[in-house]
Amino acid sequence: MDTSSIGAQGTKTAAKAPALPRLDASAGRAKAEQSGLSRQRIRTAWLFLTPMMIGLAFVAGWPLLRTIYLGFTDATLSNIDSYSFVGFENYLVYDNGHWYGLLADSLWWKSVWNTLYITLFSVSIETVLGVLVALILHAKFPGRGLVRAAILIPWAIPTVVSAKMWGWMLHDQFGVINDLFMTLHIISEPIAWTVNPDTVLGTIVAVDVWKTTPFMALLTLAALQMLPKDCYEAARVDGIHPIRVFFKVTLPLIKPALVVAVVFRLLDALRIFDLVYILTSNSEDTIVMSVYARQALIDFQQIGYGSAASTLLFLMVFGLTLLYIFATRLKLDGSGDH
Amino acid sequence: MKKTTHALITSTALTTALLAGASQAVTLNIPCSTGAGFASCEKNAQDWAQSRGHSVNIVTVPFSSSEKLALYQQILGSKSADLDVLDVDVVWPGILGAHLADLDPYTQDAEKEHFESVIANNHYNGKLVAMPQYTDAPVLYYRKDLLEKYNQPVPKTWEQMTATATLIQKAEREDGHDRMWGYVFQAKAYEGLTCDALEWINSFGGGSIIDADGQITVNNPKSAAALDLAGSWVGNITPQGVLNYDEEGARRVFQGGDSVFMRNWPYAWALGNGEGSAVKDKIGITPLPMGPDGKHSATLGGWQMAVSKYSENLDVAADFVLYVTGKDAQRNGAIVDGRLPTIAALYEDPDVLAANPHFANMREVLENSVARPSSVTGEKYNQVSNEFWNAAHRVLSGKANGADSLSQLESKLERIRGRRW
Repeated sequence: MDTSSIGAQGTKTAAKAPALPRLDASAGRAKAEQSGLSRQRIRTAWLFLTPMMIGLAFVAGWPLLRTIYLGFTDATLSNIDSYSFVGFENYLVYDNGHWYGLLADSLWWKSVWNTLYITLFSVSIETVLGVLVALILHAKFPGRGLVRAAILIPWAIPTVVSAKMWGWMLHDQFGVINDLFMTLHIISEPIAWTVNPDTVLGTIVAVDVWKTTPFMALLTLAALQMLPKDCYEAARVDGIHPIRVFFKVTLPLIKPALVVAVVFRLLDALRIFDLVYILTSNSEDTIVMSVYARQALIDFQQIGYGSAASTLLFLMVFGLTLLYIFATRLKLDGSGDH
Repeated sequence: MKKTTHALITSTALTTALLAGASQAVTLNIPCSTGAGFASCEKNAQDWAQSRGHSVNIVTVPFSSSEKLALYQQILGSKSADLDVLDVDVVWPGILGAHLADLDPYTQDAEKEHFESVIANNHYNGKLVAMPQYTDAPVLYYRKDLLEKYNQPVPKTWEQMTATATLIQKAEREDGHDRMWGYVFQAKAYEGLTCDALEWINSFGGGSIIDADGQITVNNPKSAAALDLAGSWVGNITPQGVLNYDEEGARRVFQGGDSVFMRNWPYAWALGNGEGSAVKDKIGITPLPMGPDGKHSATLGGWQMAVSKYSENLDVAADFVLYVTGKDAQRNGAIVDGRLPTIAALYEDPDVLAANPHFANMREVLENSVARPSSVTGEKYNQVSNEFWNAAHRVLSGKANGADSLSQLESKLERIRGRRW
């Protein structure tokens, strides 16, 4: 498809070759010699992979399986040792003329909706802004190194800290944002950004965009720096308008990197927790899936029900990410374009 | 001088340790909440450590009661000894009781000095699981100077309060004080809003959410009228930002001189009259206004000290609890932090009354207090409270009127109750 990605993937494949033997490549060679070598390579591969797989099984696999298991029980935090298996009751159960469980809880669906809303707007806006920032930083100008470092600051501040900071800046009585907008006559009276039902989701998106745009910019900038110069020289010789160059040359070339960056952000945004928890009043208006799960697990001590919510959250993140990867035909195994 | 004091303390500590015989010096992990009370919490703990020859490790815990409860539930749920003692809100004994040690063997009848109702509340399955450190009942703070300036009486009813606040706010704003508001309270979606909203509906004669028999009584016209009145404040005499204010959020606005009235706990008195306060010597305290039927109401608050069942030094921890809940510590708390003692005799102590002239009226406030339905709902209290504060939040943010919000609340509470609480 394009030279850069082939080049990049070529190196990747070369680097991986000793660890990932290709059995189909053995055709047409001396069989005995090849299978001996191949067996040895497989053994080495397993030798290198085993520690990591054991590590992953402990830190990711076991907690995940246990959460899924607990989601089928009625465990509570006050007495965590004794619980019984309740099947799908935490998800959906018909009892005494009413439907109970997660799937019958309107608040759960509200939290799903809020999460998707925040994710969609936040990821879209920060992708566009990130690319713009990266294009600016890609240009040569004095002090570029300093600006590149400075722009990373929002990403480097822990979310808890930046959420508190924004909470103060957006405060209805003492906040600098209201003061600024009042002075500029954009608004006539102070707005309670973090609680007003009309502004609160937008506020969350705005702060999230502020925080994560540097991440998108950084990944895009890395992709921009890998681009071959000759395409641009050819475009310049042909006298193509820069905007056309961007859409016809730059964007297709950085698309693989951009797609990966968006996957990262998608995973992050769907699990959004700290920003919502710190910045807002935590009413039902702004509840997101992670906040819902935490509330059940911790505030209400319902380990079983909360685990079921966490499981659904996991499935949603997993499903949406798969869907996105499928839709963008992203190749995660690095095998390149066939 | 300092050295001598040090030496003296050390030797006292040594003597105490020696007198205590076999007991070894241990280190207790003590929680202290951030915010106004941190300094005295730390001082109390250090005083105890020095007098007993033990040492303490202060663990900073959140100011917000909802967040503190979440933290304690995790620590206790994992049976960890990370905290030897815990400060327990008046509504928590039912939620945390299973993890708390029985203090009966240690108190030597010290509990008899305290208010009976508070001690009764601190029992879980017949065991005394906590000792009261102070009780709490909210009051209405008002700006003496502003009421005098506009020749207004101290309001007795919610209606009068609303009218006075509207009048003064308008006049002050015309005078150029354009950040002036009439009334601030706690309306963030957390336990504090449950307290505020319970007072409104209770003073209107709307009951206390769930009655002593476990019946859900909250969905009635009087409660709805109370919530509608509160909803009418927001945006008019109350900034919309109140929907994200806790106690400290409200105090900042009032103490900065930007509000005529404030609903808050007595702790704000000492701070409002402290150095650096814009309203020093300009504030007064009165019981929260009455509803239309002439009923005052104040949600009963207060904090207790308890010992974690998982502590490795139960007897030392129990000694600490008795020390910080004892008469001397409560007397100190009343004078320094304006806290309401749970020992009746302290309400006649001249030093306490000199620091808190309003304590003479606090008897009346405490007698009119309403308890949150934590005993009857037990472990489900937190869910009940969560639904209740969300119902109030819906009305305050203008998303529903009182009647609709309460009927929605009723069906949600029925779901939480299931067959029984």
